[in-house]
Amino acid sequence: MKNIKKLGKNFNFIIGGGIISVFLIMMIVSFFYTPYDPNGMDVANKLQSPNKGNWLGTDDFGRDIFSRVMSGTKTAFLVGIIAVSIGMVFGTIIGGIAGYSGGWADEILMRIMDSLMAFPGIILALMLVAVFGPGLVNTSIAIGLMTIPGIARIARSGFIQNKEFEYVLSAKLIGAKPLKIMFRHILPNVSSPLIVAASIGFATAMLAESGLSYLGLGVQPPDPSWGRMLKNSQTYMASAPWFTYAPGIAITLMILGFYMLGNAIRDIKDPKSNYE
Amino acid sequence: MGYVIRRIVLLAVTLVLVSLITFFVFQIMPGNPARIMLGTEASESEVLHLEKQLGLDEPLLIQYKDWVKGILTADFGQSIKYSQPVSDLIISRLPVTLSLALMSIIMVVVVAIPLGVFMAQRQNKLSDLVFSSVTQLGMAIPPFWFGMLLIMYLGMVFSFFSVSGYVPWSESVQGALGSLLLPAITIALPQIAVKFRYVRNSILEQIGQDYVRTAESRGLGDRLIMFKHVLKNAMIPVLTIFGIILAEVVAGTVIVEQVFGLPGLGSLLVSSINYRDFPLVQGIVIYITLAVVIVNFIIDLLYTLIDPRIRLN
Repeated sequence: MKNIKKLGKNFNFIIGGGIISVFLIMMIVSFFYTPYDPNGMDVANKLQSPNKGNWLGTDDFGRDIFSRVMSGTKTAFLVGIIAVSIGMVFGTIIGGIAGYSGGWADEILMRIMDSLMAFPGIILALMLVAVFGPGLVNTSIAIGLMTIPGIARIARSGFIQNKEFEYVLSAKLIGAKPLKIMFRHILPNVSSPLIVAASIGFATAMLAESGLSYLGLGVQPPDPSWGRMLKNSQTYMASAPWFTYAPGIAITLMILGFYMLGNAIRDIKDPKSNYE
Repeated sequence: MGYVIRRIVLLAVTLVLVSLITFFVFQIMPGNPARIMLGTEASESEVLHLEKQLGLDEPLLIQYKDWVKGILTADFGQSIKYSQPVSDLIISRLPVTLSLALMSIIMVVVVAIPLGVFMAQRQNKLSDLVFSSVTQLGMAIPPFWFGMLLIMYLGMVFSFFSVSGYVPWSESVQGALGSLLLPAITIALPQIAVKFRYVRNSILEQIGQDYVRTAESRGLGDRLIMFKHVLKNAMIPVLTIFGIILAEVVAGTVIVEQVFGLPGLGSLLVSSINYRDFPLVQGIVIYITLAVVIVNFIIDLLYTLIDPRIRLN
């Protein structure tokens, strides 16, 4: 209860939560209604500046940019949810086993995680996309795999700290099985750094997706993607700047929202942590 | 010494695992790689020929052994699209990426450290709020979009910057700077946004220590305490974080080269994926990753010279 009160006063939480809520509402609305068909082309009306009919103008095929930004929220959230779920599930299992059992299992699992982390940034995802082909699902899976090692490290350090505590010892004494101890008893106690990681993970996943889509290796048409919109807008930057502003600001705000949310949760749950 | 040996063993393990991942990812590819590379129109004999050329008809372990042997002798295989050795292609593209990465790293160091020191001396609630917002915003802007905005606002206004294409250093130093400066800023921005706060936080942590109070009680000036005592101690954690910059900057070049039309390793990687030139993809990925891992290893060893405490942990 105390934490919830604190969250209400936290600047990052208010702004970040507000931004994400607006995008969530936008996404829900976009399932039922967009001002125009996001993929409906109208070449006669291409590259119109913002006006009464098209609030944010039209793109190079005369499609309504506002409608496309709206339906782009679906893609952004979907990629985020798939990637973060993969990262969280596998990262927590791998990190949990490594941290709780220690010894050889720890050494082997963490060396594999280290070597996955050795691939700089987006390069692992690029390699996976090269092999399995682009598209929304493949891109999300590739980004999810990229985020496993970071989450595994966080989970591992939490499990290592907690496994020495007395509640774990008492659970062992009453004969609880290791898996039950790990996931019923320890996991709830290491959940707050993992929740922070999930929120930041949404931000990095969306950033990675927009980058891959900008390269033409991410989400493919007709799925709307802000990154891809930005790529298309580059040719018209001088003549139609509104084409680049709308999706660019949308991506930036969405990512900013998740960063702020993650940092807010961290500030409340773990005020001592100094570094980001 | 024990620390150094452990580090070397870890390095070897990482290198082997990285090579295994890079090799076997391309083995689990759905379908016949030679067929995918050649397209559906290719005849059966062409596919067989390419398979033979790439050694795909050999057992996997032999293929892996040959591949690793090649890498150890700087032979990264043969590009299908360019019919050239991958290593030649990498070398021809390397100057662009290397200049770009170095320029960004220099920018990060030159801006983030003084900025962090400066900001640490002005600490209050409002400035904290502003800094954390700036940091988060700097991280949130997709670099490729920031690059596009730079092109729009600076590149098209000042003729000094060339906004697409690359001028080699050998041709004109001014031209090279003009073509690399904006992309380097693009890559450096998110790094600066994050790293100056590390510097600031690290200094603030030191300022609270007893030795600072002792120095104050001896009547030393703020400036002297900051530069002679605090900074030395504050830089140690900062240095370890700066080691990570390399990997992030290198990853940043991949997308940013594309924005500015620079013919570097990143744009080679992207086009190799588009052409389904798998030996080239594999070669570039393993080259970049090994380079980053090995340079990071060297940096890590250098830290132990600066701060012997690391060896004991």
